[in-house]
Amino acid sequence: MLELYGITVRSRLLLGTARYPSPAVLSEAVRAARCEVVTVSLRREAGGKRAGQGFWAIVRALGVRVLPNTAGCHSVKEAVTTAHMAREVFGTRWIKLEVIGEEDTLQPDVFALVEAAAILCRDGFEVFPYTTEDLVVAQRLLAGGCRVLMPWAAPIGSGRGLNNLFALRALRAHFPAVPLIIDAGLGVPSHAAQALELGFDAVLVNTAVAQARDPVQMAAAFAQAVEAGHAARLAGPIEPRDLAAPSTPVVGTAFTG
Amino acid sequence: MRILVNGAWRESAGGELAEVLAELGYGDAVVATAVNGEFVAAAARAATPVADGDRIEVLAPMQGG
Repeated sequence: MLELYGITVRSRLLLGTARYPSPAVLSEAVRAARCEVVTVSLRREAGGKRAGQGFWAIVRALGVRVLPNTAGCHSVKEAVTTAHMAREVFGTRWIKLEVIGEEDTLQPDVFALVEAAAILCRDGFEVFPYTTEDLVVAQRLLAGGCRVLMPWAAPIGSGRGLNNLFALRALRAHFPAVPLIIDAGLGVPSHAAQALELGFDAVLVNTAVAQARDPVQMAAAFAQAVEAGHAARLAGPIEPRDLAAPSTPVVGTAFTG
Repeated sequence: MRILVNGAWRESAGGELAEVLAELGYGDAVVATAVNGEFVAAAARAATPVADGDRIEVLAPMQGG
């Protein structure tokens, strides 16, 4: 079981809700993933069209917990204001805090992130900061009141998997008791399994599922990978070594004298 | 008077934010609002006057990752 700000969740796979071929496929993918937390966002609503109202009805029908994000924000002020708006609309203190610092990589502006996270924690939010693998930034986020971290694997939507294994391992080792959710950059289920094998508590996936040829099947595949990775972590993987070690016992081998 | 709603200039009869939202067709919608970059809670809309030239953001739930 994974505990996030006092809430226990069974599934270690969180899903984004964007870029699916249709609302029906989104709903089916969420069910196939057996996920309990989905991310959502806020956007300008055109008065007559009411697109947001329809989407919200679909998400509520899924019966899952929502994690609103501040995607698209580029400053502390924008992110803090958006978080307040999200808290009211979605009725949750949870906020996935994103402050984007660079357009090509969508890399977090970690300086603004640390500042915004501290403000929001003081305002009573439960902040899930979308951050890099940087250890010092992680320390600052925790010092500011965050009790969950969401380090990236690779740039959003890139599908490259765990780009910086060394730093991610260090992050896990430094904060053994902090829930760490790998967010962004995973492409295939084996990336998710690897994250869980390394001891990360969960993964958040969007593009890799939503843009797959069959998002529902891919959602199920990610769910299985996450379960396998977590089970492997609990089972205690062997250490890699450079030379062979025979798996078949050598004692009693025939023709040996 | 003219106000900027979600980035587009609109004519409005003015009044409190709650009245302006109703005028714009958001009366019963699940939305969050900000005026001139400051969050305005739903409970405060009836006591938040909108002035000529104000920037109003009306945000609704949307897909996100």
